[in-house]
Amino acid sequence: MKARVTVTLKNGVLDPQGKAIEGALKSLGVEGIAGVRQGKVFDIELETSDRAKAEEALKAACEKLLANTVIENYRVEIA
Amino acid sequence: MKSAVIVFPGSNREGDMVRALKLAGSDAQKVWHAETELPKGTDLVVLPGGFSYGDYLRCGAIAGRAAVMDAVRAHAARGGLVLGVCNGFQILCEAGLLPGILMRNANLKFICHRQFLRVERNDTAFTRNYEKGQAIDVCVAHGEGNYTADEETLKRLEGEGLVAFRYCDAQGRVTADANRNGSMNSIAGIYSEKLNVLGMMPHPENLVEELMGGTDGRGLFESLVSSFPKAA
Repeated sequence: MKARVTVTLKNGVLDPQGKAIEGALKSLGVEGIAGVRQGKVFDIELETSDRAKAEEALKAACEKLLANTVIENYRVEIA
Repeated sequence: MKSAVIVFPGSNREGDMVRALKLAGSDAQKVWHAETELPKGTDLVVLPGGFSYGDYLRCGAIAGRAAVMDAVRAHAARGGLVLGVCNGFQILCEAGLLPGILMRNANLKFICHRQFLRVERNDTAFTRNYEKGQAIDVCVAHGEGNYTADEETLKRLEGEGLVAFRYCDAQGRVTADANRNGSMNSIAGIYSEKLNVLGMMPHPENLVEELMGGTDGRGLFESLVSSFPKAA
């Protein structure tokens, strides 16, 4: 079983890296970009084929390590 | 006073930290992160600077969950003293021992320079040998030192007097220019609620001998040592 976890900054949290990328896109002449927020993607392979168990393990992974819930949100997608 | 300096893979300031502690009169030793207990009789735990786990995931995130951190948490819960410097501050935030987080510097640059700090209070175990409002001359060296917390946390830190140090100029004035990493309220270091845990981005251990170009960092280590009765 495979899953993808996406971690993104919460709204309102300043993202200097996103801002820098936004600036770089502008200077490259890429038009139409209103804003950039940088996040992280984790592709995770699970030992179990039980969906409930997978969800439980992924939630624990996110809460314990993958996201800092002070500033980040996470989203789990199981393939 | 017995101190334990925790070493993680990628820590690199532990040697200077042990040296500064010993110079102030502490019995200091290094402790590997995989230990599950602190050496018997540990009074002070220090998390030194560096790049634990290569700053992978988030600075301090992996070290904050290391085996030894449960022992550090228990030590802090008993009222034991904990000091985190630079990466050590990041680890304390990630471990939930201090609120908020250190984000990428606002100017996106790694900063490395001499820096004055204003001592916000001198009635704690860490700062009793300084004057309140004194501007101490230390160093900063970090890429992620931009202290960030939600409004409520910031209000609580300010209201309860938990800000330990602020970035300032040589005269002790807290100015926007002195706040090079963009930290909220120019915060350079904070205390836990019970004032027994201190996290700070600047390096007091870098300036403890004349040879290093200054000795303003010594006060912090001497404060800590003088907080304990001398061993017979």
